[in-house]
Amino acid sequence: MPQSFWGGVVYIAEKYSGLFLSGAVNTLLLALVGTIAGFLIGLVIAIVRTIPVRPTDSIFKRVGLKLLRGLFITYIELFRSTPMMVQAMVIYYGVFPSVSADYALYVGMFIISINTGAYMAEIVRGGVISVDNGQNEGALSIGMTHWQSMTSVVLPQAIRNIMPSIGNEFVVNIKDSSVLSVISVAEVFFTAKSAAGTYMRIFESFVIACAVYFVMTFTITRLLLYLEKRMDGPKNYTIHGSQTVLQAQIKVTEEAEK
Amino acid sequence: MINVIEVRHLEKSFGDHQVLKDIDLSAGQGEVICIIGASGSGKSTLLRCINLLETPSGGEVLFHGKNIQSPGFSLSKYRAKVGMVFQQFNLFNNMTALANCVAGQVKVLGKNRSDAEKTARSYLDKVGMSQFTDARPHQLSGGQKQRVAIARALSMDPEVLLFDEPTSALDPEMVGEVLKVMRGLATTGLTMLVVTHEMAFAREVAQRVCFMDGGVILEQDSPEVIFGSPKHSRTREFLARILEK
Repeated sequence: MPQSFWGGVVYIAEKYSGLFLSGAVNTLLLALVGTIAGFLIGLVIAIVRTIPVRPTDSIFKRVGLKLLRGLFITYIELFRSTPMMVQAMVIYYGVFPSVSADYALYVGMFIISINTGAYMAEIVRGGVISVDNGQNEGALSIGMTHWQSMTSVVLPQAIRNIMPSIGNEFVVNIKDSSVLSVISVAEVFFTAKSAAGTYMRIFESFVIACAVYFVMTFTITRLLLYLEKRMDGPKNYTIHGSQTVLQAQIKVTEEAEK
Repeated sequence: MINVIEVRHLEKSFGDHQVLKDIDLSAGQGEVICIIGASGSGKSTLLRCINLLETPSGGEVLFHGKNIQSPGFSLSKYRAKVGMVFQQFNLFNNMTALANCVAGQVKVLGKNRSDAEKTARSYLDKVGMSQFTDARPHQLSGGQKQRVAIARALSMDPEVLLFDEPTSALDPEMVGEVLKVMRGLATTGLTMLVVTHEMAFAREVAQRVCFMDGGVILEQDSPEVIFGSPKHSRTREFLARILEK
């Protein structure tokens, strides 16, 4: 094994390339599943929390909603107020004590999902607040139900507004999945640690981990920016049957934005 | 004949502030009623109570004789029949003009998409917006938005349309185009309740004008009486103030 720093980095990277690759795949899986599942949890909680309660509603509905809301708030506060590393220990050794280490990845996915869900619930709530209440009233005024108004009018706009925050959560998840190494999920940090232990070269091993994390997060943020642009839709629209030109087009020049 | 909309002893309070006090109002089939009055007199709240965007504190609203707050009454079907046009348009910002008019037909009325689009296009044409079916709300002017909003309400094939100061947020030059559309509607047999500050419109189009003041309907009569020889001094003062401008 070479003595120089860069020599060491190259050596470890070569020897551990397969393990780092599968570690990166696991990290990405954790972040992806965590962000998507967390997002869905956030959406459901946001929809339930915004259901309007009328004095004319049945006692069953009113009490049920109140209980559900209390449950959600408890969940959100509990998971936001404790570190994910501690949650991982408690859930893995407390709730799933009989699960073998082979399935630690799945337990890890579960932990990161419910942890992200607690944050996402608040992010989605912020998104819903950011959409003018007139949008909801417009939907209700043509007979849409709360569910229809939320799914086809309010949430699409809310989600567009919170895309930067969702991107944040994704990036945080890529990095914070490293704490799941405490329940021996073989992600990037875990791999780097075992490489460091094998070759007794801590600095070199973790420089490789840095590079792997950076490449992943940077790529993901670029992809998310592209997705945001796609969501904004076309900047032009077609004027139909104009009397002078059959298909006149109004174009907003993109230069102005740059 | 049963009135399409009947409001009985309606009350609404926000906290300690009583906005509506004992309102009685009825609208027959095809009737056009204009509601006038100073800001804060409860005009908008009255309309919002009629389609339950606000929950009344007391009294009742009847639609074809049925209490809209009675258990088992389908609020969704009711709102599809009693459309609303807002001061701030409230077009769905995430949809094109056409999609705005299609969404309710498909989701609420359960129509298939091609029928819904046909209906939507015919109403967009009626309000003079057929060229802009693909435009999104932020690409339209205020007057254009309001015309799309009217087309959206009409696409639901309503019996009643509630207009909540439809021209108050518009530039003066755009008021005309929206009023023109509303004039056209007034003769179609649609029941219309219009909260407005456009006195010329009320005088010309309304069959009945209600003057609201301090949460009550102070007087309601034909436009000739209200604008010609109002009984209450408050009505005279209000009209003198607003017609002066």
